[in-house]
Amino acid sequence: MTLTTDRPAAPPATGRPTEEPLLRIRGLGVSYGTGARVLDGIDLDARAGEILGVIGETGSGKTTLARAVVGLAPVTTGRITVDGTDRTALRGRALREARRAGAVQYMFQDPLRSLDPDLAVRHLIGEPLAVAGIPADVRAERVLTALDLTGLDRALLDRTPGRLSGGQRQRVALARAIVTRPRLLLADEPVSALDASNRNHVLRLLDRLRHELGLAVVVISHDLDSLAGVADRIAVLYRGRLVEQGPAEAVLTRPLHPYSALLAASAPGLDRTRRAGLALLRTPSPAAPADAACVFAHRCPFADADCRELPQPQPRGADRTAACHHAPAWREHLSR
Amino acid sequence: MASPPSDHPAPADRPVLTVDGLHVTVGHGRTEAVRDVSFTVRRGEALGLVGESGSGKTLTCRSVLGLPAPGVRVSAGRIDLGSTDLTALTGRQWQQVRGSRLGAVFQDPGSYLNPALTVGRQLGEPLRLRLGISRAEARRRAVDLFAAVGLRDPGAVHDRYPHELSGGMLQRVLIAVAVSGDPELLVADEATTALDTVVQAEVLDLLDRLRTERGLALLLVTHDLAVVAEVCDRIVVLYAGQVVEDGPTAEVVTAPAHPYTEALLRVAATGDRRRGLAVIPGRPPEPGTTGPGCRFADRCGYATDACTAGPVPLTPAGDGRLVRCLRAAELALHGAADRDADRAADRPADRPLDRTEVPA
Repeated sequence: MTLTTDRPAAPPATGRPTEEPLLRIRGLGVSYGTGARVLDGIDLDARAGEILGVIGETGSGKTTLARAVVGLAPVTTGRITVDGTDRTALRGRALREARRAGAVQYMFQDPLRSLDPDLAVRHLIGEPLAVAGIPADVRAERVLTALDLTGLDRALLDRTPGRLSGGQRQRVALARAIVTRPRLLLADEPVSALDASNRNHVLRLLDRLRHELGLAVVVISHDLDSLAGVADRIAVLYRGRLVEQGPAEAVLTRPLHPYSALLAASAPGLDRTRRAGLALLRTPSPAAPADAACVFAHRCPFADADCRELPQPQPRGADRTAACHHAPAWREHLSR
Repeated sequence: MASPPSDHPAPADRPVLTVDGLHVTVGHGRTEAVRDVSFTVRRGEALGLVGESGSGKTLTCRSVLGLPAPGVRVSAGRIDLGSTDLTALTGRQWQQVRGSRLGAVFQDPGSYLNPALTVGRQLGEPLRLRLGISRAEARRRAVDLFAAVGLRDPGAVHDRYPHELSGGMLQRVLIAVAVSGDPELLVADEATTALDTVVQAEVLDLLDRLRTERGLALLLVTHDLAVVAEVCDRIVVLYAGQVVEDGPTAEVVTAPAHPYTEALLRVAATGDRRRGLAVIPGRPPEPGTTGPGCRFADRCGYATDACTAGPVPLTPAGDGRLVRCLRAAELALHGAADRDADRAADRPADRPLDRTEVPA
């Protein structure tokens, strides 16, 4: 099962991503209409073979981030380059061609609503290839390959989405996303509707596919534990700002931004020790200035007059940034 | 909040909810999807009903609420709320039970509210009708309730429309509606599943607080074992329409007695970071398929020929626990606490449930 025969060799499947980022986002700002920025000042990289997790609450801009990368959200400032090509500079015909080529794929949140209910699985998966102008015989073969890669039974080929289980539907959506042999896959809440076993199944698939296909994968989720299991790095968004990013385990176990800490302490689980500090993290500081520029100040237990100035993402160790004036000093309050 | 006593309060020693030998059929009686399910919930107790999609947890829950989907019917068994047999109620009688003695919250709070009315009115009007109080008094009580469920600035929230509130706020509104009649039992059906992590934790804390303060019995239906572990005293694990394990949460999660519970614990996101992504092999049986023995046998790494030879009864396993497994006494299954040790020892591969991989 090789999908790499007709394009440059995939990076070694060792889990060690190659150095040059496949996706490079710099200074990204998005606003709809004349409204406020939905995203502002986002710098983010994803390398081939790497899974980048993006987490944040509803309205934090995580879906907009993914949509901006595929050209479905209005980019007002900044650049998004994929594999060296500036996607934000593409217009008209060039944009349409880039979309049809399918090097960047977006997996929608809800497969039951995003998959055409009248199309059988074979057509759902083959459609992006038809759009790209791939001849029917090649298409049929690649549909089967994508089906096998995602662990779907060939007996499902003639079923419509309504006759599939939730896990199967999600895998059809994934097969449809990888059939064009993309370099970059953006998966928006790929597992939020699934129960634990199916969720792990899909996460394992993503994990395998990024190795086998040398894919850069951006997984968007509001569920910390889904990301914990699969992401190499995690980016935390709050109200359109990137408040922290870094290696997954470091961000989750030793967060440098108070919001990341609140997220990590809130995740339900058997281990009650993680909830230490939760009461403190939930209590906004009385010293938070009303005119704070920091997006989290109104909820932050550690906010003070310094937070009038917008904190910029500062490097904190290797491959890690946090946008907080009080990082990492605020962590001392947790242990008290 | 003061409220009239309910008509048939459960005595202290008597369970608030008793489900006894419940059978539920789907497809207009053709297929039996819930078989002989029994459990009780006591005053102030939180019970978690867990299982995969298709385990029968939602059918059971909807039967308790008297809200079966089309074609679904309780074919046998009793559901007692205090001393009232809910399965015998008429439509009109249901109206009196629901909203006063029985409250419920669901996954998608927005769809249970009228978009054209303020949330305060949707809480206040039923109060006014039920208690015969003035509009001003209804407003006062509604604002009190909004405060009690932790909504900031409850007076302002009272006059908002559903679309002006976030998902977490809507769920709090729904919880306020659900507890406004001072119910004996609150049913939460995947009520926190769609919420953001931070909001989910706050809503779970709220449910926990309400049950302590009001002595509510709580029936929590979810596929998320971590959520159950967080708030429930007891767990009932359903598999393919049957109870396979029932016991106190702390004991069940640290030392599961049924292989399916062990499997659920292995796949659950129970808060450990960087765990392996385990999956449960195979799929649950289609509703209606029958065999003589254990319904989990074909997915179970411990199954023997005896498991499928005849019916497997639900048997006591000590400490108020019940388990439906022939080998329960001889198996030493792994609970959540063991997993770190397993990982540290780097020996996950010798476990039966690890035999499956994603199909290559």
